[in-house]
Amino acid sequence: MEAAPFLVSLRLGAWVTAILLALCFPLAWALARARGRWAIFIESLASLPLVLSPTVLGFYLLAAFSPRGQLGAFLGSAFGLRLTFSFEGIVLGGCVSGLPFMLNALKAGISGVSAGIIEASYSLGKGRIETALRVVVPNMKGAFLAGVVTTFAHAIGEFGIVLMIGGSVPGVTRTVSIAVYERVEALDFTGARAYSIILVAASYVTVLALNTLQRVEARR
Amino acid sequence: MLGFSFAKLLRAGRQSFALEVEYSLPEGAFLGVRGPSGSGKTTLVRCMAGLERPDAGYLRVGPETWYDSKRRIDVPPQLRNVGLVPQDYALFPNMTVLGNILYANSDREHALELLALTRLEGQARLFPRELSGGQRQRTSLARALARRPSILLLDEPLSALDEELREELGDELRRIQRATGVTAVMVSHSGSETSRLCDEVIELRRGRLDGSRSLLR
Repeated sequence: MEAAPFLVSLRLGAWVTAILLALCFPLAWALARARGRWAIFIESLASLPLVLSPTVLGFYLLAAFSPRGQLGAFLGSAFGLRLTFSFEGIVLGGCVSGLPFMLNALKAGISGVSAGIIEASYSLGKGRIETALRVVVPNMKGAFLAGVVTTFAHAIGEFGIVLMIGGSVPGVTRTVSIAVYERVEALDFTGARAYSIILVAASYVTVLALNTLQRVEARR
Repeated sequence: MLGFSFAKLLRAGRQSFALEVEYSLPEGAFLGVRGPSGSGKTTLVRCMAGLERPDAGYLRVGPETWYDSKRRIDVPPQLRNVGLVPQDYALFPNMTVLGNILYANSDREHALELLALTRLEGQARLFPRELSGGQRQRTSLARALARRPSILLLDEPLSALDEELREELGDELRRIQRATGVTAVMVSHSGSETSRLCDEVIELRRGRLDGSRSLLR
């Protein structure tokens, strides 16, 4: 058993979680406070990865970012960026796939913060950013925790979308899930079992930690 | 001098009615706005705070114009120097009593003065969930006064309290308003409360001024 797939999975989880945290907070804020009908269309689009096959999503990403395609060729020539069979590519795939987990958790958290305390902050002369950082964020710690943990856990276990856009490049795009798949393909069930048991244990510990922290937070 | 004129279409269930109020108040006076539920009292206060936009009208506070539909002036709530005490007090749960006041104004000495004025010195390090209803009301008031506001807006500040405490804190509210000299507007559905505490009282009925009278204390 190699350590590299675990390191790739952990790096993938960390990047996807950090990027989605930064992207989803303002989007969740806008959706939670939205009064227009447009919000339902954005929410439905963002939730698509929950119901759509990861392989289909991965296929579309592969087609869009292939160096033979217009977008992929442009990114390559303009920025030297290659999103197929690269670590950056699986981070993109992980972000698409993990978007609803982070967005829904943050939106629920922001919706749970009373509009009254946000307005009170505005009436005390504070802008949106200061209000978000000092009033909203500290009062939705549970939602943050849920968003971070579920997105991270989902990203390290992601398979279909990552395989489609990233393939299985050792040390670069071969995650634990892909390593398990390859071990099974090679009829090496002992190797597959070893990878799997560690992934199961890590996932259980992550969810256990989330539930424990949420209980502690709820008691405060 | 506080002068306002607001027109705004309000919806109450399937029906709608217009809020149409015009009034002016001398500096340092305490105006009571009374009326039944759904008469537009809270909307009036929210329009003053900039949390809702009237369809037409103006709002002048001293030499400043905060809202004027004809001149297309609409100062955002952050730039209106108001002190707002909402009906549910809207204290920040993650901050102590002192933290709530310092959030409004980081001048620690002023915050300690306000704690003394509102008789909250003993509760400075407590969180909102550890306070009684009266202590929450006074914390919200101290926080509203921390910015040295041009106008103090009180939306049913005593409605969540029991009868005995209402009277005591009502008197305290009046004492603090006099001590600070801030122009105040208090919304209440209780006629006796506004008559007892305020210099001037207006009555709203389905958005319209039913009558105004000066109690001239």
